[in-house]
Amino acid sequence: MKKTGSQILLECLALEGVETVFGYPGGTVINIYDDLMDSPIHHILTRHEQAAVHAADAYSRVTGKVGVAIATSGPGATNTITGIATAYMDSIPMVIITGQVPTPLIGNDAFQEADMVGITRPITKHNYLVRDVKDLARIVKEAFYIARSGRPGPVLVDLPKDVQMATAVFEYPETVELRGYKPTTAANPRQLEKAVDMILQARKPVIYVGGGATLSDVSEDLKAFAEAIQAPLTTTLMGMASFPKQHPLSVGMLGMHGTFYANMAVTNADLLIALGARFDDRVTGKIATFAPHAKIIHVDVDPTSIKKNVRVDLPVVGVLPDVLPRLVEGLQSQPERLAEAVEATQGWRDQVEEWKQQHPMAYKKTKSTIKPQYVIEKLRELSDDDAIVTTEVGQHQMWTAQFFDFTQPRTFVTSGGLGTMGFGLPAALGAQAAFPKRQVIDVSGDGSFQMNSQELATLVQYRLPVKIVILNNNFLGMVRQWQQLFFDKRYSQTCLELPIDFIKLAEAYGAKGFQATKPEEVEDVIRQGFATPGPVIMEFKIAREENVLPMVPAGAGLNEMVLAS
Amino acid sequence: MKHTITVLVENEFGVLPRVSGLFSGRGFNIESLCVAPTLDPTISRMTIVTCGDDQILEQITKQLNKLVNVIKVIDFTDQPFVQREMAMIKISAEAETRAEILRIVDIFRAKVVDVTPRSYSVEVTGAPEKIDAMIELLRPLGVKELVRSGPIVLGRGAKAWKSAE
Repeated sequence: MKKTGSQILLECLALEGVETVFGYPGGTVINIYDDLMDSPIHHILTRHEQAAVHAADAYSRVTGKVGVAIATSGPGATNTITGIATAYMDSIPMVIITGQVPTPLIGNDAFQEADMVGITRPITKHNYLVRDVKDLARIVKEAFYIARSGRPGPVLVDLPKDVQMATAVFEYPETVELRGYKPTTAANPRQLEKAVDMILQARKPVIYVGGGATLSDVSEDLKAFAEAIQAPLTTTLMGMASFPKQHPLSVGMLGMHGTFYANMAVTNADLLIALGARFDDRVTGKIATFAPHAKIIHVDVDPTSIKKNVRVDLPVVGVLPDVLPRLVEGLQSQPERLAEAVEATQGWRDQVEEWKQQHPMAYKKTKSTIKPQYVIEKLRELSDDDAIVTTEVGQHQMWTAQFFDFTQPRTFVTSGGLGTMGFGLPAALGAQAAFPKRQVIDVSGDGSFQMNSQELATLVQYRLPVKIVILNNNFLGMVRQWQQLFFDKRYSQTCLELPIDFIKLAEAYGAKGFQATKPEEVEDVIRQGFATPGPVIMEFKIAREENVLPMVPAGAGLNEMVLAS
Repeated sequence: MKHTITVLVENEFGVLPRVSGLFSGRGFNIESLCVAPTLDPTISRMTIVTCGDDQILEQITKQLNKLVNVIKVIDFTDQPFVQREMAMIKISAEAETRAEILRIVDIFRAKVVDVTPRSYSVEVTGAPEKIDAMIELLRPLGVKELVRSGPIVLGRGAKAWKSAE
C-alpha cells in the first residue's frame, strides 16, 4: 500500500524511537500536522519556533536521544536558525524538519519561501532538500544516523509540501550506505600506546574534559581513568556534570571564569590530556601562554578539532567509551611504572591542593543584599540530587557553573558554544517533557528570561512544572561587568530600566510567582517554589553590580586572572 | 605555500556550495577551482588550488573530509603529479605585431582559434608557469582578454584515484 510523504515521515520518526517532538504548525507542514493526529508521536506546541528547537535540543541533552523539531517554511524555518546554531556549536544530535513551498515554486520567491538548505549549510552537520517522495525514507534514516554518529550534530530535512502529499511504497531501509561518511570509532592502538607512555612519564599531568564526555556518557570511565593516574581533572562548561566537583581530584572549571587552581594547574602542567574538548577561546585565553610547559594529548572523535587552535603532541582520533577503558588497561598492564608515576606526582597534587586553599571559590556575603552565588548555593542545597538545571547566558550562567555542584551527568543544560540568551526556559521545557517527574530548574537573568518568556504559556498548557529562578539585577549583567572593567563604567544600553513585575507575569500565564528581596527570604522562597505544584517563577532581587570572578580578561593568559573587584 | 588538492565528491545538487562555503566560512583561500563529472557519473572531481601553511592545509583537508558528500581528498603536495591548465587569450593584432604573436604562439605550442583583421584568439595548455610566461610575453603586444581554466592534476604512475578505496 502506498503512503503519503507526511505519513512516511511520521512512520520513520516512530521507527527511530521518537516519542516526543516539538514544533509549530503552518501552511507547508499542515499535512504533517494532520497525520500527526493519527500518530502515536506526542507533539508539544511551543509559542515560537526557536523555542521548539531549544526544547528538542535539551530533550536530547538530558536523554541522549535525537531531538526532533518541526517548523513551517519561510519565517517558521528562519526562526529555527538560532536553535540550530546553538545545537551545532554544542554538538547536539537533532533532526529538524522544515516545510518548504511545493517543488515547482522553489526559487520563485513564493509566499513563505526561504532557501533553508542554503541558510543552514554552515550550522548543520548535514542537510537535505527532499525532491522526490521515493527518497524520503532513506533521507530520514540517513539524517538520524548522521545526527547521532561520530561527532553528533543537527541535521535539517527540508520537505516541500508537494512531496508530503505525493505517495510512495513505504520501506524503511535497514542500513545506511554513505561512501563519504565513515566516522572513526576505534582509536589507533599505537597512538594509545604512546599516550600511556607519555602519561607514565608525566610529573605534572592535568586531565581536561569537554562536552564529548557528557555526550558519550563516560562518567564512570572518566573516574576510573583519573583515579588510576591520580591526576587533577578540570572540565569545561560542557563537560562539567560528567565529573563531580566534590571528587578530590576535581579542580572545577577552567578558562575565563574558571577556578584559580584549575587555571594555575593548566598553566604549570607538563602534560595536558584533553578528552572530548576543543580548546575554545573561552578556555584557552591567549594561546601563546596556554599550557606553555605541557605536552598535549588530544582525544577527539572529530579530527578537525585536533590542531585547530593549539599545537598537539599526540592526536588520538576516537570515541571516549573506547579510548578511556583501553588507556586504563594499558596503564594497568604496567603496574610498577604506574605505581611509580602515581608516587612521583604526589608533589604536584600537593601543589594543586595548595592553590585550592590559597584561592577557593568564594564571594563576600552581605546582610543587606542578596548575593547571586548564595541563591545558587541554596538551590543546590534544597534541590533533588538528580535535579536538572538549565541556564540562559550571562552572569547567572557562570554563577551556576561556579557554585552549583553537579553530581550527576546530563543534569546541566546550557548553551556553551553559541552562548544563546533565551535558551534556558525552552530548554527546561524540553528537559521536563523528557522527565516529567524530575525537578527541572531554569536559572535565568532578567535579561535572558525576557528573550523567550512566552514559553510560560507552553509550560502551563502541558503542566510542565519547571521552576524558574530569575536573578534580577535590572542589568544585562555580563556586558555591564565588561563595561565596568574595561570601558570605564560607561554602561551603554545595559541597564534594563523598566522594572518588570515577574510575579504578575507568571500569574498572567496561570503560573505562580514568589519574590525575595532580602537574604533571609531566599531559603523560604526556594522552599515555597519547590513545594508549589506547576510552573513557578522565583525572583531574587540581587546585588546589582556583583561581578563574576575570577575572570581572565579576553585576550589575556590563564595565569592573568582578576581575582577580586 | 601553494597546494593542489583533488576532491572526489558526490555528483549531486548543492555540493559545490558546501565546498566553497567551507572555504569562505573558515577563511581559507581558493585560488582556482575546477569541477566536472568523472568516468563514474555519480562522482565529480574537483581540483582546488589553495595556499596556506601546513596547519591550515591540514585543517582544509580534514574539514573537506568531514563533509558528508566528500568521498575522498587527495593532497598532491608530497607526491609526483602532472599539472595542466588551459588559457584562451585575445590579443590585439595590428600589422606590425601579427608576426611576432605567431612566433610566440609557435614557441609555446599554442594554437590560433579565431582570427580577425585586428585580433588573434589563441589557446594554450601547459603547466600554470608556462601560461604565466606566455602571458608575460604577449602582454606588451596588447592582451585584450584572458580566460584561464585553473589547473587540473593527475598523479604520476599506475595508481588511479577513482573512489573511496
